[in-house]
Amino acid sequence: MTDLVPVLSATWGAEQSWSLDTYTEAGGYAPLKKALGMEPGDLIQAVKDSGLRGRGGAGFPTGMKWGFLPPDDGGPRYLVVNADESEPGTCKDIPTMMSAPHALIEGVIITSYAIGCNHAFIYLRGEVVHVYRRLLQAVREAYEAGHLGKDIHGSGFDLDVTVHAGAGAYICGEETALLDSLEGRRGQPRLKPPFPAVAGLYARPTVVNNVESVASVPAIVDKGVEWFTAMGTERSKGMGLFSLSGHVTRPGQYEAPLGITLRELLELAGGIREGHELKFWTPGGSSTPIFTQDHLDTPLDYESVGAAGSMLGTRALQLFDDTTCVVRAVTRWTEFYKHESCGKCTPCREGTYWLTQILKRIEAGRGTEADIQQLLDTCDSIAGRSFCALGDGATSSIISSVKLFREEYEAHVEQGGCPFDHSASALFDYSDTPATEEAHA
Amino acid sequence: MTATADKPAAEVVDTVSLTIDGTEVSVPKGTLIIRAAEQVGIEIPRFCDHPALKPAGACRQCLVDVASPGPDGNLRAFPKPQASCTMTVTEGMVVNTQHTSEEADRAQKGVMELLLINHPLDCPVCDKGGECPLQNQAMSHGRPESRFVDVKRVFEKPLALSSEILLDRERCVLCQRCTRFSKEIAGDAFIDLQNRGAQQQIGTFDEDVLDFDGYRPVGAATVDEAGKAFSSYYSGNTVQICPVGALTSAAYRFRSRPFDLVSSPSISEHDSSGSAIRIDHRRGKILRRLAENDPVVNEDWISDKDRFAFAWQNLSDRLTRPLVRKDGELVETSWPEALAAAAAGIKAATAADDEGAARGAAVLTGGRVTLEDAYAYQKLARVVLGTNDVDSRARVASDEEQAFLGTQVAGTGLGVTFGELEKAPAVLLVGFEPEDEGGVVFLRLRKSLGRQQVLTVAPYLTRGAEKLGATLVPAVPGREAAALAELPADASEALSQPGAVIVLGERAAEAPGAFVAAQELASSTGARLAWIPRRAGERGAVEAGALPGLLPGGRTAALKGPRDVVAKAWGVDALPSAKGRDTAGIIAAAAEGAIGALVIGGVSASDLTGDVAAALEATGFVVSLEVRRSEIAESADVVLPVAPPSEKPGTFVNWEGRLRGFATAIQTDAMSDHRVLDLLAREWGVELGTGTVEAVNAELAALGAAEAAHRPAAPKAKAARNPRAKKGTAVLATWHQLVDEGALQDGEPYLAGTGRVAVARMSAATAASLGDAVSVEVSTEVGAVELPLVVTEGMVDGVVWVPVKSPGSWVARDLRAAAGAVVSVKGAA
Repeated sequence: MTDLVPVLSATWGAEQSWSLDTYTEAGGYAPLKKALGMEPGDLIQAVKDSGLRGRGGAGFPTGMKWGFLPPDDGGPRYLVVNADESEPGTCKDIPTMMSAPHALIEGVIITSYAIGCNHAFIYLRGEVVHVYRRLLQAVREAYEAGHLGKDIHGSGFDLDVTVHAGAGAYICGEETALLDSLEGRRGQPRLKPPFPAVAGLYARPTVVNNVESVASVPAIVDKGVEWFTAMGTERSKGMGLFSLSGHVTRPGQYEAPLGITLRELLELAGGIREGHELKFWTPGGSSTPIFTQDHLDTPLDYESVGAAGSMLGTRALQLFDDTTCVVRAVTRWTEFYKHESCGKCTPCREGTYWLTQILKRIEAGRGTEADIQQLLDTCDSIAGRSFCALGDGATSSIISSVKLFREEYEAHVEQGGCPFDHSASALFDYSDTPATEEAHA
Repeated sequence: MTATADKPAAEVVDTVSLTIDGTEVSVPKGTLIIRAAEQVGIEIPRFCDHPALKPAGACRQCLVDVASPGPDGNLRAFPKPQASCTMTVTEGMVVNTQHTSEEADRAQKGVMELLLINHPLDCPVCDKGGECPLQNQAMSHGRPESRFVDVKRVFEKPLALSSEILLDRERCVLCQRCTRFSKEIAGDAFIDLQNRGAQQQIGTFDEDVLDFDGYRPVGAATVDEAGKAFSSYYSGNTVQICPVGALTSAAYRFRSRPFDLVSSPSISEHDSSGSAIRIDHRRGKILRRLAENDPVVNEDWISDKDRFAFAWQNLSDRLTRPLVRKDGELVETSWPEALAAAAAGIKAATAADDEGAARGAAVLTGGRVTLEDAYAYQKLARVVLGTNDVDSRARVASDEEQAFLGTQVAGTGLGVTFGELEKAPAVLLVGFEPEDEGGVVFLRLRKSLGRQQVLTVAPYLTRGAEKLGATLVPAVPGREAAALAELPADASEALSQPGAVIVLGERAAEAPGAFVAAQELASSTGARLAWIPRRAGERGAVEAGALPGLLPGGRTAALKGPRDVVAKAWGVDALPSAKGRDTAGIIAAAAEGAIGALVIGGVSASDLTGDVAAALEATGFVVSLEVRRSEIAESADVVLPVAPPSEKPGTFVNWEGRLRGFATAIQTDAMSDHRVLDLLAREWGVELGTGTVEAVNAELAALGAAEAAHRPAAPKAKAARNPRAKKGTAVLATWHQLVDEGALQDGEPYLAGTGRVAVARMSAATAASLGDAVSVEVSTEVGAVELPLVVTEGMVDGVVWVPVKSPGSWVARDLRAAAGAVVSVKGAA
């Protein structure tokens, strides 16, 4: 049995966990002082040695990303924290920033020091105004405490942090779209190369890191590389937040070593909703192919989940029990992607538009057998063809659900409607009012 | 214009070898896969890709399979198809296109199917149908039938971006060619992507933030990126590069099918760039004009004037038969009768009176005629009419300019080129606004934005100059020479870089001493000189000798030696030796009754500051050669119809000195000016030898360029002093807007709507002296124009700027004044 390892979430239960005092009392900002006494190169090496991989979903080694920056040419270089957490099911960064914003800010300072950045940006999803206020408050506190500003703690290192609230677009979680948006442009992914490490924000060398990745850095500095590498699996080191949601007894954040299984997590979370069984789940948010009961013992690390045909992603485990209509769930996700496709490239823009219409038809019982094949064909025209990964993500749940639950799609076609009682799957009082036809938009 | 610079040694280009569909190809490093494929004749379908625009990778139509050697040297395939329009080639790369890769073919077919789901099936009524990349590629790379049975996205149609450009959003495939063109090439972003997903569309900017700063177009228009009313001189290019029928022009919309059109290559008659165009016509009528790709001149682009202004030649006032004045009325007659009447009239009007005194003849030819026509006009003047009173400059001209043209321009062949202008590290503009007076010259300069320092000697920094990142060298109009003499040290330093260019516009003639000062600056810095006039025929007329003091090839008419050379070539005893008068001199002399006969071709009376009506009235006999019944034709004694450029062959010499020959696009019985003049000369028993383009060019070739001793003396002039600014007066600054009320833009209301509204500009201090004025009355003793006042930041004090010939502002006709004149200004609330 794997135990939880509260690191980022260690202080979440404390009174006023978000305040500087609470964070400092729990040992916060001590790693900063330690880091400021180290050589930046040693810090980068330590993070490389720790094996920390990007917690935003792609799992790219964080230290290696820092190492890609070209040698200092005297001009500015930037750290941009990707806090645009917007994917259905993904809910780890928002609680982190809500409950322990200083963990992120301390990580930002250490990271900036390591990469030679004097102005860091936190690009926050715009809808979470309460988190925005809390971050602004925390940054203010950090300035007042001398953790930010000029000559931080006499080290000679200067750092300013700007918290920027986005305008509500999932695409801005894609790092280059985020940079365009941060620069005040329309948020659409950029052509690569040049990569952000070479020409990112304002065409200067830039590191874009996820909130959880950056917030993990102070602990690595504090407790050491060995402590970190002792957790996790061979190539997926350390701990991570596992976000359990849906038909689970105790939904929430479970911070555990990578490689823990859903079976173990479910035990900690009190299991699936009483009286029901797990039907399908996403290992890493709505962009990752779905799993079933067969994958309960798949170690939740990058390699094992990948080998099983999905992606660890953001460890957003959305759990659906036997009352759930897979067609209905997939249709909702697809509507999300249709709404959030930025429109830049043809496959994603047109494909999600088409997929949504087909799925809604099937869900409403107006689909045909050919429509199911059309879904797969259209997905084939999107996956691997789109400009960025948004298009790929939009197809994951469709392709995997047709593969795993084709008979359910067929049932919709044959019965001329959905065979499920939708109120049974709801976690709140819900009656199945006739769906109004949404205007074509 | 100076001696041809030594050609740099051929640059060593790093090449990369790769294999495309089994064919090995070597291309320069940095080449995109899609371009490399073109080199071996493999066409990869594409929409967003355009060789002149930065890669976008948006449409995904050009996906191909790519494998390239890894660090170990073994070929590694990319896991998914790559966009060939964004990926550059690498050594040893193996590319498989739709022809050899099933995966690439499937990817392309998939993208094509997706592109078509929201595209309307209105090809039968779409302007693009028949020449549409989407239609063509849907045929070659698409499914025969759509599987899409759901609801298509619709938009209100069309969205008028200006009076000329219309956008049908439902046809748009969002390739961003138009938005990239307007941002990257023209620099006047007026449309951009808006919204997202399937609702993403090309949209316009918010009109609520409209901020009128004097660049507002005449017609209804959308606003640009900065919230300013959109008026672009290059917007027509977006219609041409649109790979679907989303962007159309009001002038051509629903007028024709491309397969009904006959296309003829030609050269634009609208400016001195000599842009290559394609004339599309049907049953003798021009339906549209397009840019032809000419890599050394206009590349892929033309101005909206080049594209849309062609209706003028077929308006109801088009002349088709000669007219002779009988009993005070112009009546149609036959060619023999008209030619005889013209010759008889000229002979009688220039014959000696009883006391033996004779009034001479003079020839005026505007700057719009071809090289061959200009040659015929000056030859007629010198051989038949025995005068040097011939001038092609229907604008302000000076002896200093003529000396400059004779020593630096005529017969010097290809001087500074478009390519050299683009590569110049620094460019100084004198009396030249590239956007208003240069057409595609502006685009070439803008291509070097950020790599080129542009300095402009002008009374204020125009929006066009701002788009070039230009630095203002402030100068009161007419006093540019002083500004050149006192050029800041850093500007001189910039011009000292190898390859720097000083551009003189035709308005340099308005500033005494400007040519001398520019030449001095050129010799002190090593910068090269380029003369960029506005009209298409200006350079050709200089080469042909259609100037009072210049014979063909840059020979001066003031010396016997060059006169004898030309006389011998022409088989005449001698050429007239009396000093000729320029246009203003001829008009003034005529008004005084000193001219017996005038032969005028291609001149708009309203372009001249002299009293043209009085001149025509006082002249004994006037022969007009015109395409249309112009003001001058109306008061002429004989009117001889001539062909517009589309109905004749000929040559424009562009500002580079490049010969831009064109053939007849539409066969009619209309004759070129040179042919008509050849026939006219026969009435005197003179074989002018200008019957055909070939004959004229043979003569020109035989004459060649002048030897140094036969050229005119170097220009001499003193810089003008600053006039004393009296209260209630200002120095006039004025130049033509590209789209204005010039005669060659008549009959095209959609284009006229994109021209800028006429305003009067003043500095804040000068405007303040007028009190609380919202408009300004600019007047001379002859007349006045009243225009809305626009306070212009950074403008030289004591100056008022108005456009030369825009709606409500015909400066030459109404004020009879040119730049540099002191005019009265009065504010009006």
